[in-house]
Amino acid sequence: MAFKRTPQVFSASINEVVIGTGDKAVTLGGANTFPLYTFDGKAKNKVAIGVEIFDHGVDTSVPGIAEYYSGAEGIGAIAKKASQIPGADFVVLSLEGADPNGENKSVEECAAIAKEVAGAIDCPLVIEGCKNIEKDSQLFEKLAEVLAGKNVLFVSAREEDYKRVAAAAVMAYKQKISAESAVDINLAKQLNVLISQMGIQPQSYVMNVGSAAAGYGYEYVASTLDRVRSAALEQNDAMLQMPIITPVASEAWSVKEAIVSEEDVPEWGPREERGIAMEVSTAASVIAGGADAVILRHPKSVETIARLVAALM
Amino acid sequence: MALKGIDIFKLTPKTNCKECGNPTCMAFAMKVAQGSVTIDKCPHMSAEAIAKLSEATAPPMKAVKVGAGESEFSLGGETVLFRHDKTFVSHNLFGVNVCSGCADSKLPEIEKIDYERIGERMRVDALNLKFSDKDSYLDLVKKTMGKGRLLILDCKDADAAKAALDLCKAEKPILNGATPDNYKEMTEIAKAAGVVLGVSAPDIDALHNTVEAIEGLGYKELILDVTGGSIKEAYANAIQVRRAALKGGDRTFGYPSIVNVAKVAEGDTALQTALASMFVIKYGSIIILDSMTYAQALPLYGLRQNIFTNPQKPMKVEPGIYPLNGADENSVCATTVDFALTYFVVSGELERSGVPCNFLISDAGGYSVLTAWAAGKFSAGSISKFIKEYDIESKIKSRTLIIPGKAAVLKGELEEKLPGWTIVVAPNDATGLVKFMKDYK
Repeated sequence: MAFKRTPQVFSASINEVVIGTGDKAVTLGGANTFPLYTFDGKAKNKVAIGVEIFDHGVDTSVPGIAEYYSGAEGIGAIAKKASQIPGADFVVLSLEGADPNGENKSVEECAAIAKEVAGAIDCPLVIEGCKNIEKDSQLFEKLAEVLAGKNVLFVSAREEDYKRVAAAAVMAYKQKISAESAVDINLAKQLNVLISQMGIQPQSYVMNVGSAAAGYGYEYVASTLDRVRSAALEQNDAMLQMPIITPVASEAWSVKEAIVSEEDVPEWGPREERGIAMEVSTAASVIAGGADAVILRHPKSVETIARLVAALM
Repeated sequence: MALKGIDIFKLTPKTNCKECGNPTCMAFAMKVAQGSVTIDKCPHMSAEAIAKLSEATAPPMKAVKVGAGESEFSLGGETVLFRHDKTFVSHNLFGVNVCSGCADSKLPEIEKIDYERIGERMRVDALNLKFSDKDSYLDLVKKTMGKGRLLILDCKDADAAKAALDLCKAEKPILNGATPDNYKEMTEIAKAAGVVLGVSAPDIDALHNTVEAIEGLGYKELILDVTGGSIKEAYANAIQVRRAALKGGDRTFGYPSIVNVAKVAEGDTALQTALASMFVIKYGSIIILDSMTYAQALPLYGLRQNIFTNPQKPMKVEPGIYPLNGADENSVCATTVDFALTYFVVSGELERSGVPCNFLISDAGGYSVLTAWAAGKFSAGSISKFIKEYDIESKIKSRTLIIPGKAAVLKGELEEKLPGWTIVVAPNDATGLVKFMKDYK
């Protein structure tokens, strides 16, 4: 008996959300098969890859990152270099320095940085806040205004601040937002429902259903992604059909394996290789689970994941 | 495919004789369907009915045993495509390619990967022996035998395979060598040596036909090499084979798989790491790479440990004292529950703070802080008992104990139970720990 193929193509599909403008705008989502199951049906849009930079620049403690960005003076030049990494689809500006418990950069200062970044690149821009609810709301309100017309994605809108973020970014300035929940399908759905009840259209928001580095409770992420994608496609649950964006770099580069120096654990070898391996392993895992976009940091990770995605399309 | 109770009922004598210990044939059939009673408990079932039922109730994917001694593994036997549906049962193996020219330099590197993570020993499970010519192949087999690792003979040459098996069959290697052209010979060789046979083919249809042909020869100790010729094919094959077996009831594909990511991403270590991760999640039973450095092993083995955890049983860390950031007897103590996720998140943040501290983990049933506290498994009693049992007071001079913010209510009672100790309450959320520890210091 010959092998009988039974393709799983669903009548439901993941929403399409466009970020950026012009030729280099990126469409996230659109799939009506399980992740990259191109043997079941043609893939619609490729998994997009974002390169993360910070308000203060890049992490020069990693030799490969320092080398790649060497010569780039100022945040605009750094952003431009980030956008030129082969395989990069968008640039992610993380405003870590705005954290009131850290550098506490002012909203105006951050707005100036974001404007400079936006002016230096022609690909889409994604803005990450500093994770402080109050400050992020203020930041996103101001940045949505100064970046008007750029079709920027703001990461993230959470249960605590989704109203302010959605009102300022989407309703006032037609930007995009990402709904962030903590590794639980019900929380993800609940936040999507709340955002949709504000009258926000499905093509205006994506979601981040949580992430973790490989080995660090990743099973919860894996099962959340599996369940979300299966509810969206198999059960046609419209409140879980948002494209998924997963910040990988911030998780991968903050676990012990990617931080500890080679002097401290000689047998582990160079820290940089460990960080890259953690980053690509985690990124490949979330892509297998259905992420439509991933955020990475190291140029080599970006190139590797771009090759992986290209090979699977 | 599991049969429904009603289908089984149709095959029973329907006499309600009660000889099986059940009040009616229907009750018996329902229990068989659930799997709590086997069909042979009914003395009146016809041979034909039993044959039909055992066929229908056989697992959709065969569990195959490979290797011997400390490197004996069970592969396959999966019943679900997604771990949340029940659980995955057999964790994947990681193997490394070894060739006759590179064995001497590679084997010591492979030996170096040997460490423990949450009670599990992590090492390279298998060696994939690449074939070049018969003489050097036999030398390679001799060199790699007795290393306590599963051997995979990646060899399509029947003559060499036979000679290699004569040397190492006691170690129960896998003979990954059957193709549509040589399967008859290879099946005989594998059968004679009593080893699992790996089957590969140019495409998935040919693979299906070849497996059927080998089953037709009466051999079912098989593993399917789904690698194919490209990354895209490998991913497509691995998923389609597993899905056909578990969802489509296609027994021909009901075997574990081998994916050699080194073949489709030659010379690209980072890409091999990425691919190996995908195949941990989606359906590689044995994943073969060109190398296994610590950089690769740390995420890959961690990911495997995560994915193959039973969702119904949380991962736990061993109770004990975990000194962080070079802590000594004068460093402060901090405590939380033994739930692995909590442990990793909290220890990660504590390490990031750079402040030396003794991290004390007591047995809290593997629950998160609030759940363990509510269940009485993380209480002033349990923490003070741990401190006494582990003789903390003579091992550590510091008398400061930092407790999770979510268990702040324990402060008063702990101070009563642990005279002389200062109890400090940490923030509610681990993300606040770095600042907290730095300020505290």
